[in-house]
Amino acid sequence: MTKEYKTITEISGPLIFVEKTEPVGYNELVEIRTHGELKRGQVLDTSDEIVVIQVFEGTGGLSKETSVSFTGDVIKMPLSPAIVGRVLSGSGRPRDGGPEIVPEVLRDIAGAAINPSSREKPRAFIQTGISTIDGTNTLVRGQKLPIFSGAGLPHNDVALQIARQAKALGEAESFAVIFCAMGITNEEAQHFLADFERTGALERAVVFLNLADDPAVERILTPRLGLTTAEYLAFDLDMHVLIIYTDMTNYCESLRQMGAAREEVPGRRGYPGYMYTDLAIQYERAGIIRGKKGSITQFPILTMPGDDITHPIPDLSGYITEGQIIVSRELHRKGIYPPIDIRPSLSRLMNSGIGKGHTREDHRAVSDQLYAYYAEGNDLRGLAAIVGKEALSERDKLVLEFADKFERRFVNQGRDEDRSIFETLQIGWDLLADLPEAMLTRVDDKFIKQYHPKYAGTAKK
Amino acid sequence: MEVGKVKRVAGPVVMATGLKSSMYDLVLVGEEGLMSEVIGISGNKHVIQVYEDTGGVRPGEPVKETGAPLVAQLGPGVLTSIYDGIQRPLTKLAEMSGDFISRGLFVDGIDHKKKWEFKPIVKKGDVVKPGQTIGEVQEQLLVKHKIMVPPKSKGGTVKEVYSGNFTVDETVLVLDDGTKLTMMQKWPVRQARPVVQKLAPTIPLRTGQRVVDGFFSLAKGGTAAIPGGFGTGKTVMQQTLSKWADVDIVIYVGCGERGNEMADLLHEFPELVDPRTGRPLMERSIVYANTSNMPVAAREASIYTGMTTAEYYRDMGYDCMMTADSTSRWAEAMRELGSRLEEMPGEEGYPAYLGARLADFYERAGRAEVMAGGQGSVSIVGAVSPPGGDFTEPVTQNTLRMVKVFWALDSKLTQRRHFPSINWLDSYSLYDQTLEPWFVENVSPDWNKNKRRAMAILQENAELEEIVMLVGSDALPEDQQITLEVARMIINFWLAQSAFHPVDTFCPYKKQFDLLAAILKYRDYAFEGLQKGMSVDQVKSVPSKDALAKVRLEAEYEPILAKVMAQMDAEFKALK
Repeated sequence: MTKEYKTITEISGPLIFVEKTEPVGYNELVEIRTHGELKRGQVLDTSDEIVVIQVFEGTGGLSKETSVSFTGDVIKMPLSPAIVGRVLSGSGRPRDGGPEIVPEVLRDIAGAAINPSSREKPRAFIQTGISTIDGTNTLVRGQKLPIFSGAGLPHNDVALQIARQAKALGEAESFAVIFCAMGITNEEAQHFLADFERTGALERAVVFLNLADDPAVERILTPRLGLTTAEYLAFDLDMHVLIIYTDMTNYCESLRQMGAAREEVPGRRGYPGYMYTDLAIQYERAGIIRGKKGSITQFPILTMPGDDITHPIPDLSGYITEGQIIVSRELHRKGIYPPIDIRPSLSRLMNSGIGKGHTREDHRAVSDQLYAYYAEGNDLRGLAAIVGKEALSERDKLVLEFADKFERRFVNQGRDEDRSIFETLQIGWDLLADLPEAMLTRVDDKFIKQYHPKYAGTAKK
Repeated sequence: MEVGKVKRVAGPVVMATGLKSSMYDLVLVGEEGLMSEVIGISGNKHVIQVYEDTGGVRPGEPVKETGAPLVAQLGPGVLTSIYDGIQRPLTKLAEMSGDFISRGLFVDGIDHKKKWEFKPIVKKGDVVKPGQTIGEVQEQLLVKHKIMVPPKSKGGTVKEVYSGNFTVDETVLVLDDGTKLTMMQKWPVRQARPVVQKLAPTIPLRTGQRVVDGFFSLAKGGTAAIPGGFGTGKTVMQQTLSKWADVDIVIYVGCGERGNEMADLLHEFPELVDPRTGRPLMERSIVYANTSNMPVAAREASIYTGMTTAEYYRDMGYDCMMTADSTSRWAEAMRELGSRLEEMPGEEGYPAYLGARLADFYERAGRAEVMAGGQGSVSIVGAVSPPGGDFTEPVTQNTLRMVKVFWALDSKLTQRRHFPSINWLDSYSLYDQTLEPWFVENVSPDWNKNKRRAMAILQENAELEEIVMLVGSDALPEDQQITLEVARMIINFWLAQSAFHPVDTFCPYKKQFDLLAAILKYRDYAFEGLQKGMSVDQVKSVPSKDALAKVRLEAEYEPILAKVMAQMDAEFKALK
């Protein structure tokens, strides 16, 4: 039934305006043919006479003679188990030279909201092998925990390390990694792909690549395709899915660009007023559904423009996601990897995933105690810079030393170093053991007797 | 009913022609019948906001009128429900469409099949007025649901009245003019339900939390705001309030918040036990859960739907508390819809009517003489989530202009494990004066005097602490060192309260007053002692001072406190 139109009246940035006679649905998929090339678009505004279409592959090469046809359906993602292991473009087409996906099912990429009463509370601990995450900002299955970073910081390495090492304790379950690249450079993409191939991770991954020189509009599609795939793998095929997308800042820039092209009234810093809802629709597609085996855990990466955490992108993200991991320029300059600053970092679901039955009973106490003295030690650095180390009290000197050691031994680790949670806690205890026992005010005596290195061996009897 | 046609679709906003609907009337858009609301009329076009996703809706599809605005269904069965923003029970939605919410589902707010036992309290020949109670239903074990004549009807003489088991659709009473009354009312959510008259906020809402009741008390029918920044202990605070506040009905509106957090709440709330009755707290609660990814128009409506159910129970003479979490997300929904309508924006892109809408909402709170006779109240605790923690942004500013109480939750206190994490310097309550007569009459004439003394000490303490940071506490004059010590006692023995200690979790007014009076008494002893030449160390090291710390953990505290105070008196006498 699809009619072809050659009635483009206006082309403006990524948008085309088409006159038509049959009714066209909102969000409908549009096919645009020009010079033998097929481009796709989506209806943004539809009325009796005219339709506004955003073209995913860019409007380059389009003219008033270009033919436009409406498919009568919203955008759907073709899915089958064979999708695992594939590299696709930002709009879901094969990029690895392989065949098109033969769909078993077609899913609307808009994605419906999970009924809150059908959600299961996330509480299964995921071990990432990184101490600053496992120890002090624990990730649980079904959580969305973004990495807030800045330009030039090794957030991609951190993300890769998480993708490589993430696992549940003591279980062998089927899991998959989905990687959505939005507007990253070719070099970065190569880095990711090379690492996936090196470690064999590609076999259980689905990669969506939208590079910096790919059309910006396509980026609006990329996370939706990735998340639709994630929902299929998690809730149809019972897999535990970890989805990493980088870089959310580029995605938001695209939203802004589209808003501007449509001459919308802008909100804060020119970003559209609906950005909160738009981000929520992506981020909220994480979670666990009661009675289903799979889960979706999200690791969005975003670079904070100017390292400014109050910028609308990190700010709105922070209100939707369950915490954040902050990559610090200061630690990076000190040569510490991963340069995760635990002080502003937070995992809101940590409590439900740690402790007895999850990790170990002393986890909360150790984390609190490390946290407290590292924060205090950091404050003391400022003081020591003014009055000199010598002027500090004995206790303060210990705390200051603790902060340095904490960064070198607890935070710092190798790019391939996969620490178990017990190793992480052991390092924590070793650091705490350098402080007088009376200073361990956040830790119960019974944990000290059992886990403090000083009593090691005596408690087991 | 007229059937119109869709002319234009852009996101959640649809234009249609051929309708006769009035503003805020509910209409059903498209083949699927998506629930929508008229939000503008210009020329022959109606501007409609759709509560569901509009993907696939095309021009030419029908728009059906319902002839009525968005209404809440009010009757037995509302309690214990978990709804979305437009009063659709979430469990029913899950039964109909599975784990994901699909479109075009129309579900009743209350069960129309269930039978309830109606016990009339009026008889044939009685004259009934609008709003008057005609009978009762035992809705929950401890909650009687009063069936009232709808407030906007005429009333009249009772011609027939039935007793027995009925559904909410069946007639329970017939008036002489032929009007048939059922146990269900429908009320447009955007309209405040009428009362006889609003009353002044002269009765405190008891929460059993010393920092709240003692320092920053909320009145019944009052309004309070809490900032919901990262990790400030908002959730614990809300749960504590829901558990301990002396209200009959608790309404929780989760507006644009996280799905996993809602899941947590929906799992935990039903498990909370009402400490006063031992029954599940859920039996007197209503929860609205509209997460951030559910349609934005429904998020905008959720605050009103929640408010309407609160008012309905108020009309029965109950005290209700509504928690709105978060009003910032609600304001953002307004902003989003405003920008879709291409309205001229005000501050930071929010619509120019933001302040007016917030004011309308908070004005629906209050204690009132209700039409059924007696008094009821709706108190609001609204959470605000200022972006970047910036309190100068429009939503926070407009909210602070309206609310009378501000509980400044402080993440620094949370990190220090001081709970409830309400900052005693930044918080305020403007009910101080209006509530004073109540406290004078019911607790002690010195209630406000002691409160002001304690606050002054804390204020001085804050100033002194800055000096201590520079020179250390030993360099301070003796009296100031004592002030620091007394402030520490107020903070640690009195303001801090453990939600997990069986006794300390709830502190009655009398005990709050006695404990604070005891700390102030210590201060008087100490200053007297200094004047008589005692040293600071002597004064600080009296054993009875530390004994005072434990008194709050005792249920029968009075004899123990008396003993401690007698000991203190003796110790200071001995020091001479």
